[in-house]
Amino acid sequence: MNAPNKSGWKPAMQVSEDGLHNGPSTTTGNRALMLEEPLIFEIGHSQTTGVDLPEIDDGAPTRLAGLERSEPIGLVGLTEPETVRHYTRLSRQNYGIDLGFFPLGSCTMKHNPRLNEKMARLPGFADIHPLAPQQSVQGALQVIHELGDWLCKLTGMPSVAMSPKAGAHGELCGILAIRAAHTARGDARKVVLVPESAHGTNPATAAFAGYEVEDIPATAEGRVDVAKLKERLGPDVAGVMITNPNTCGLFEKDFREIADAVHDAGGYVYCDGANFNAIVGRVRPGDLGVDAMHINLHKTFSTPHGGGGPGSGPVVFSEALAPYAPLPFVKKSDAGEYHLVEEEDGDECGPTFGRMTAFHGQMGMFTRALTYMLSHGADGLKQVAEDAVLNANYVLRGLEDILHAPFADSGPCMHEALFGDKDFGGGLSTLDLAKALIDEGFHPMTVYFPLVVHGAMLVEPTETESKASLDQFITAFRSVTERALAGDESMKQAPYYAPRRRLDETAAARKPKLAWSEPE
Amino acid sequence: MPRYFTDEHEWIDVEGDSATVGITDYAQEQLGDIVFVELPDVGAVIDKGKDAAVVESVKAASDVYAPISGEITETNSSLEDDPALVNSSPEEDGWFFRLTISDTSELEGLMDDKAYKTFVESL
Amino acid sequence: MRYLPLTDTDRADMLAKIGASSIDDLFVDVPAVAQLDGPIHDLPMHASEMAVERHMKSRAGKNLAAGDAPFFLGAGAYRHHVPASVDTVIQRGEFLTAYTPYQPEIAQGTLQMLFEFQTQVARLYGCAVANASLYDGSTACWEAVAMATRLTRRKRAVLSGALHPHYAQVVKTMAQFTGDDIADAQPAIQTEPDLEGLISRIDEETACVVVQYPDILGRISDLSKVAEAAHAKGALLVAVNTEPVALGAIKSPGELGADIVVGEGQSIGVGLQFGGPYLGLFAVRDPKHVRQMPGRLCGETTDAEGKRGFVLTLSTREQHIRREKATSNICTNSGLCALAFSVHMTLLGEKGIRELAAENHRLACLTADRLERVPGVTLLNNAFFNEFTVMLDGKPAREVVRDLADRGVLGGVSLGRLYPGVQALENALLVAVTETTTEEDIDRLATELHDVLAAAQAKEPAQ
Repeated sequence: MNAPNKSGWKPAMQVSEDGLHNGPSTTTGNRALMLEEPLIFEIGHSQTTGVDLPEIDDGAPTRLAGLERSEPIGLVGLTEPETVRHYTRLSRQNYGIDLGFFPLGSCTMKHNPRLNEKMARLPGFADIHPLAPQQSVQGALQVIHELGDWLCKLTGMPSVAMSPKAGAHGELCGILAIRAAHTARGDARKVVLVPESAHGTNPATAAFAGYEVEDIPATAEGRVDVAKLKERLGPDVAGVMITNPNTCGLFEKDFREIADAVHDAGGYVYCDGANFNAIVGRVRPGDLGVDAMHINLHKTFSTPHGGGGPGSGPVVFSEALAPYAPLPFVKKSDAGEYHLVEEEDGDECGPTFGRMTAFHGQMGMFTRALTYMLSHGADGLKQVAEDAVLNANYVLRGLEDILHAPFADSGPCMHEALFGDKDFGGGLSTLDLAKALIDEGFHPMTVYFPLVVHGAMLVEPTETESKASLDQFITAFRSVTERALAGDESMKQAPYYAPRRRLDETAAARKPKLAWSEPE
Repeated sequence: MPRYFTDEHEWIDVEGDSATVGITDYAQEQLGDIVFVELPDVGAVIDKGKDAAVVESVKAASDVYAPISGEITETNSSLEDDPALVNSSPEEDGWFFRLTISDTSELEGLMDDKAYKTFVESL
Repeated sequence: MRYLPLTDTDRADMLAKIGASSIDDLFVDVPAVAQLDGPIHDLPMHASEMAVERHMKSRAGKNLAAGDAPFFLGAGAYRHHVPASVDTVIQRGEFLTAYTPYQPEIAQGTLQMLFEFQTQVARLYGCAVANASLYDGSTACWEAVAMATRLTRRKRAVLSGALHPHYAQVVKTMAQFTGDDIADAQPAIQTEPDLEGLISRIDEETACVVVQYPDILGRISDLSKVAEAAHAKGALLVAVNTEPVALGAIKSPGELGADIVVGEGQSIGVGLQFGGPYLGLFAVRDPKHVRQMPGRLCGETTDAEGKRGFVLTLSTREQHIRREKATSNICTNSGLCALAFSVHMTLLGEKGIRELAAENHRLACLTADRLERVPGVTLLNNAFFNEFTVMLDGKPAREVVRDLADRGVLGGVSLGRLYPGVQALENALLVAVTETTTEEDIDRLATELHDVLAAAQAKEPAQ
């Protein structure tokens, strides 16, 4: 396991006296394949364009209410070759899963199969209008229905809302359904309980829905403190929001007991499904007493993260919450035809809490996710969960002897392994270790989350990494950990080899410059 | 002019029924580089112990609680352009706001300079 | 299984290293009630690329693609030509498979792109600052209302009757939970929007007035009158735009005095995709309002060697730091769609967006003239950009749309579908025209519409 890769091969590295890897400076600022690229506004021109369109006929009559835009807009254009080169150069300053290991905890950066991309681009999916007559889009409605069916079966839940646009939007959907259900029975509850290890979106969502948020502490082993939670339950508690597997990478083994207690107290159970990848195809949240759970299609079901979205966050519901689900949704008739239920007053609609977005959800993500599910099947998805968990435990056990792993004794981890920065020397921090990992060619893990561990480092390898890839990562991680424990000062300036050195975030926030402006 | 301190690391200078409030040197040290200070509106009435201002570093936003109740009479407008004043001069130029104290008895129980120093050392 | 690199030998070696006898040992914390004994029933087993492709193509084949028929649908989603290079760029793995740029040293590609995108959006909207995108136009509209209530500390939003009904519904859905008071209305069938009526609804309690530009019926009106009236009462003007191409021809909402400008960016680079993913655009005219903005913001800075670089900034507004006090719970934005928008906008440039807008308007004028000559069709709008409303005699537009689809023409969006049960709107049809529309398409629509209406009128006396 000490080899930098399977064969043991690695290039020799020239290091200068100062311990760094410097050459002479270049005239252009470029460094061979690393090409510096100006902003489009610095290279483009208002009269340049990369699209051939008819010239404007200034004499043509218009019907624009006299509101013609006469002042310059301030946009610039590039021709096609310049455009392609601009974005290609920019792309090479990015790290992506295609390039290497991306163990960002809680984000499930797995391989994005290219078949998904190909299917989403079929004109029958990509080139149809959301308000097209329903007779002309039966195949699209069928895909939404089919994906919903998969999600229900995988989660063991009876119903699903497909329209939420991302995970946080799905959380909102679930919490709004909980609130609508309480309101419908005249029960104005005020409080939602959220464990302190939760994603920031959980308290933000509950607060947005008009709830007061109260923290539930974690036990020393990294799970929800069931006794404290039960103690707090009462007629003012609308529900709980619990992530399972949780953000410490552990399965909440008392989830069923928690759910029963919440239900007995008249509340509902929201499960944050961000970490569903650990259990997909192997455990059904419906068997644990969940009332609502969002599923991040861009995590578990391999739709691309795209540098920050788009996501997609369908929400599965229990019988109790299903009637409050948002509009619109797809129904299949006995004759096998599909139609959209769009109208609040119609006979087919329950006491819905309303509409969360224009149109019907992230169709482009639905086609990708369904393609992925069909590729893996029930057997493959089970293997996904098992390999994801196996890979995470392999990393946990490969590092726990050298790096503080606060919950290593709490049992096996699920899909991610959590570490802390205890015993780092020389004032070094988790951030310094992360930046040193960049120099080793890895994307860092999630840092400083969850908040329950000091200097948290959350590593989620996913199932699409090979053993060789994990071995190389463990070797590199051990070496930077050793440097951190020894207080290697040079880590404070890492990364040295990335397209940019550390960026001044303080200056960016003190005097925000959020748009380009012409030099004075 | 007596200066009081709270266990939330604020200082209060009192002159008659008027008070000036800021955060202590210890607090700014803990927060790191301050990038923004959100101040209350002049004329706002604040209650002791409730949110009065927010001080932000790059990665954290911390509430500043009102050390005493009163009505805001003035805020430090130089913090708008130069929030770094809180780092460079927390207990003088980096003051946050002035208020008219509604109940001077609320000053009882606050720490003086010496008590605060002891308090910080105990942390 | 082609996406799983571990071999059975690897798995055995790794389990041994971990000290587990089988994979089940790693799932011991799952209670017995939730342990399944095998793959989930009722779902198929894994399949080859070919088999999956066959399955998906069978679904896609049942849909009538917009490119395969004369196509006139709009109402918040527009079909424009997307240059081939846009899709090439967004499929580069370094963009496609990157995460949110939380490690800026290895995410300058995404960050610089976002900085350029923010600048493009701000300029198109006539604003100072735009964010790095939200989910879509409708959710951006709600975020604007929420931001206005924070800025003004008032709870009431006045919605124009001519705001897209889905957008209005999203705002009302959210407001049920925040306790905000939303005053909405339905569009009146008039050649000009009723701005006086809207203005009369603004009072001292109003946080913002929300106006769509061009509006749901395709009409264009001078927002500056509404801006003045709103500002006089201490309220903000939120302008909503669902067709960004229009802003290559008509004045930007920022120029007309809107304080917050939001909209749908789908028209540029993104494609129809049956409604999503789309691209929420969000901008403010006054840079002082930036700290109350929702969503991610990218800003310029320098690195330790003094080189220009970009970072996500002002993050303390966001949920991962502010938790229950965040400006919004939004986390993921619409990054890849923002890239598509930005690449397309870079290809267009100032010259291209103006020419594109002019071509859309020219063809829309042509279509309006042609349809007006069809008996039973009346044009409602005095002014429009690339979408207008026609009133149909003799048959509800919803049925006409279905009849046209049976004849292979995707003829528009009926107001009956957008406002179910509202009789006054039943006979109104929204017709959108873009640069992708040909003169043959226009003829075909006119001919088929003529036949559908004639058939309806012939039937009428018999009823």
